[in-house]
Amino acid sequence: MNMNKIPNEYHIKKQNLIRKLLMDRSQPGKIGAHTPESDVPKQQQLPSQYLRDELPLPEVSENEIVRYFSQLSQFNFSIDHNFYPLGSCAMKYNPKINDEIASLPGLSEIHPLQPEESVQGALKIIFELQGFLAEITGLHSTSLAPMAGAEAELAGMLITRSFHQNNGDNHKTKILITDSAHGTNPASAVMAGFDVISIPSDQNGNTDLEALRSAINDDLAGLMITQPSTLGLFDTNIIEICKTVKDAGGVLYGDGANLNALLGRIKPGDLGFDIFHSNLHKTFTQPHGGGGPGAGAIMVSEKFSQYLPSPIVRHSANIQSENNYSLTSPENSIGKMGGFHGNFGALVRAYSYIKTLGKQGINQISLDAVINANYIKSHLQEYYDLPIKRTCMHEVVFSASNFKKLNGIKAIDIAKRLIDYGIHPPTMYFPLIIDEALMIEPTETESKETLDYFISTMIQIAGEAKANPDILRNAPHNTPNSRLDEALAARKPNLRWKKK
Amino acid sequence: MDTKKFISRYTPNTSIQKNEMLKKIPGVTTVEDLFADLPSNLINPQLNLPNALSELELKNEILATSNLNDTPGEFSSFLGAGSYRQFIPSIVRQITSRSEFMTSYTPYQPEISQGTLQAHYEFQSMICQLTNMEIANSGMYDGASSMAEAALMSARITKKKRIAVLKTVSPSCIDVLKTFLEATEIEIDLINNSTSLNPDTACIILQQPSFLGNLEDLERFSNLAKKNDSLLVVSVDPISLGIIKPPGDYGADIVVGEGQSLGISTTFGGPYVGIFACKEKFIRQMPGRIVGQTLDTEGKTGYVLTMQTREQHIRREKATSNICTSVGLIALGTTVYLAALGKSGLKQIANLCYEKAHYAANMIDSIPGYTVVNNGLFFREFVIKCPIPPKEVNLLLIKNKIIGGLDISSDVENGMLICFTEMNSKKEIDNLIDSLKNIQAT
Amino acid sequence: MSKEQEMYYSDEHEWVLMETDTTALIGITKFASDNLGDIVFIELPESRSAVTQFEQFGEIESVKAVTELYSPVSGNITHINESAVQNPEILSDSPYEEGWLIKVELKDKSELENLMDLQGYESFLESGKD
Repeated sequence: MNMNKIPNEYHIKKQNLIRKLLMDRSQPGKIGAHTPESDVPKQQQLPSQYLRDELPLPEVSENEIVRYFSQLSQFNFSIDHNFYPLGSCAMKYNPKINDEIASLPGLSEIHPLQPEESVQGALKIIFELQGFLAEITGLHSTSLAPMAGAEAELAGMLITRSFHQNNGDNHKTKILITDSAHGTNPASAVMAGFDVISIPSDQNGNTDLEALRSAINDDLAGLMITQPSTLGLFDTNIIEICKTVKDAGGVLYGDGANLNALLGRIKPGDLGFDIFHSNLHKTFTQPHGGGGPGAGAIMVSEKFSQYLPSPIVRHSANIQSENNYSLTSPENSIGKMGGFHGNFGALVRAYSYIKTLGKQGINQISLDAVINANYIKSHLQEYYDLPIKRTCMHEVVFSASNFKKLNGIKAIDIAKRLIDYGIHPPTMYFPLIIDEALMIEPTETESKETLDYFISTMIQIAGEAKANPDILRNAPHNTPNSRLDEALAARKPNLRWKKK
Repeated sequence: MDTKKFISRYTPNTSIQKNEMLKKIPGVTTVEDLFADLPSNLINPQLNLPNALSELELKNEILATSNLNDTPGEFSSFLGAGSYRQFIPSIVRQITSRSEFMTSYTPYQPEISQGTLQAHYEFQSMICQLTNMEIANSGMYDGASSMAEAALMSARITKKKRIAVLKTVSPSCIDVLKTFLEATEIEIDLINNSTSLNPDTACIILQQPSFLGNLEDLERFSNLAKKNDSLLVVSVDPISLGIIKPPGDYGADIVVGEGQSLGISTTFGGPYVGIFACKEKFIRQMPGRIVGQTLDTEGKTGYVLTMQTREQHIRREKATSNICTSVGLIALGTTVYLAALGKSGLKQIANLCYEKAHYAANMIDSIPGYTVVNNGLFFREFVIKCPIPPKEVNLLLIKNKIIGGLDISSDVENGMLICFTEMNSKKEIDNLIDSLKNIQAT
Repeated sequence: MSKEQEMYYSDEHEWVLMETDTTALIGITKFASDNLGDIVFIELPESRSAVTQFEQFGEIESVKAVTELYSPVSGNITHINESAVQNPEILSDSPYEEGWLIKVELKDKSELENLMDLQGYESFLESGKD
């Protein structure tokens, strides 16, 4: 006898109970937190014209809040629970020691504006992390002020601008960006006042050198490039690209989203990069948090050090004094990017991660990451279209276009069906230059067992796509919501609770 | 620890397993073969990093490092100026530490991110309710960058080229504004109360309460903005909104501010959460991620990221902002905080801050040699003029395990900006007063 | 002759249908609306605004993309299709009829010579498929 099925209406009742919004649960008089009575004598109140009429926040009890958010959490996939082959995101394991250390009161309760002599420990951490990242990337100096990769990109573009203006080259207004670049690249260049020219890739997935050369004029400010590229391939033209751009007086900017592939293998500075950023929430395990927070480290060669965003931590040579670390602003800094000193909580985690692995462990990451990606590639290339047939680095880009031609099944359908198998979809539709792109990055922290499961699942889905395509088109089948109407959400925006 | 044969505890595959895997990769015998594309003269450089550490060694080392810091809690702290030590209910950290929230990704796949998406919808709702604004996004990096984005947005909407910023806005926010506007054609006019506005002004930006703690006359600035066809941008202290009239009541066009005081530790300056709310008609110009409610194919309510066509991953160089990774987990913490404190709790917290600050102000003003400089109304921060430079005052206070207020002597002679929250007991405050009494000009 | 056969087409996938000798309706082709997918928002200028041939006059937003609208003719806008603005789905359902966007009083009828006829447009679409 099948005891599993509860009446249909109870599925809906259960969902409604779990998902009821705070303001709908709210009842006058409920308390979620107790606050103490004032222990000082009553003071003269503000004149009534300054006071608000009512504060329309919810009234819910503490345990209701805990149950609500705990149940909501069950609707999420997360790295601790699921494999995320998300290309370009480096969804690797987030070590728990990092969280524990970041919670130490001595690191989490300190105020950013305390006198420097009272926060030497914090400044030491920032200083040492600056050094680690400069060493890893083979560049001269680091700023940890940007609060995400995109902010670091903006900083890099503003540095480029300051550099040229300082040299009287105000006419240098063009930034060349590879057509496979992440959207934040052109967005950041434009925010820094540049015009963007897109440079195509050749059929080997390298930057097209001819196109690059013909795009270079006297107004070249610089080039933004991701290495390895978002195709997961090492751009073998990189030395020539660096030389060409620099000979033309341009600044070479490297997007370090894919640094995981290069750690310990090659230093971006040695390749010729002037400026390079790293997403600490990618390569250095700051947890993704459902959309942040992250941190963007920016590293530069010596001649750009003076322009770094503020603040950076300096270490004075005076060994006698204990107060050696201080916050300073580089002499021609592009300025502050945030209210304080950057995302210290994220910096602590990156610091703890690098200290845990040390030179021995950091050296090994890219080996495992690249083996894992190539292992997947070798198994899946007979089932999925592989537009560029080269050894990949830490990620591989397939195309679902063979399915699209067959019966209209798209990358999104394959992605959504993976959810039914407990796997987070890979990155889809990026890079833009690959039709129906599926970008798969396993990272080094996935076991062979997980990879084998993923491979067999992808093969299974490839079969389903041919034999039973509707099962993909209607996927996912077992999630709290089936596919959601994004058109409705955009046509009739409902962005907040409103009284009925 | 034997670091010669280092095995990472984060990479599960053994050498044997990796060799098996390599055999399945055609054309490759060793792992080095996989790096054949890299320039051979540059490969495998020296990495001058410290040796790996076991968890035990690491903890000891970093604990010692953190002990170099003077930590509020062990010390009383009276520092504010944009970052505040507030009571954080225990459930905030419990919920934000859940791995389902902490280790999940940006909710681009809504079917497996309903936890994050619904939580952010709640965040947007409560920010709107707190500020009395029509719509809000799910958070920006921090208050300062929110303000900068509001300036850029105002310029886009009005097509005007100047922004007016009150001189009483936080200096670090003004610095960040300058950084973000540097490469644009937008000019910043720093104004005071009595200045009239340039007609080409896209927006007026002010902070409520001001950096030095005073309550600004929002009515007046709202009228000034309207008359000039400029937008009104107000940066809030969200705790103050527990009792004071929200900017929405004055017709503000955009509200920004630092959300850190709503359930987030001071964390030496970040990560925080930037509040961003505005009028509904500006929806297409609002930067950042926005969560919207919708229906799925079965007619059930669910949530998605919406209005994505404004964002960088679609619009690229025409995006409203380059923001990508934002502050997901921090916004969640703030959501739980606002839910827990709720209607009555936030008001009580605000009242506690107000009462303690005013108690302290009266006491400090009575100390010979000290004057409270604020001549208007203030919320929970105010400026005191000290008998000796505040830097020296603070050096002496720290001997009594007190972290004093912010040295603002560059703006106000011997001025210190001091802050009081519900975390400062009467005993702590009285201790501060006694200590100040003993710090006099010689 | 069907409506589409009477129309003129630009290489930005807009169509022009002469209503009278001097006024025309303007919209986007089925190719464009199919490519955009679910259309969620249309931004049009105000009535009485001027438009110039091949210059941007508005935007169409779908869930995944935003496309500029380029006017296929020059002139003054006399009417905006408010129904389409309120219910952008109309463009997917009926791009050539109910989904018209603006009505324009033509400045210079000879500009139509810069556009394609249906056959020309269909060839243009074919050649783009390679």
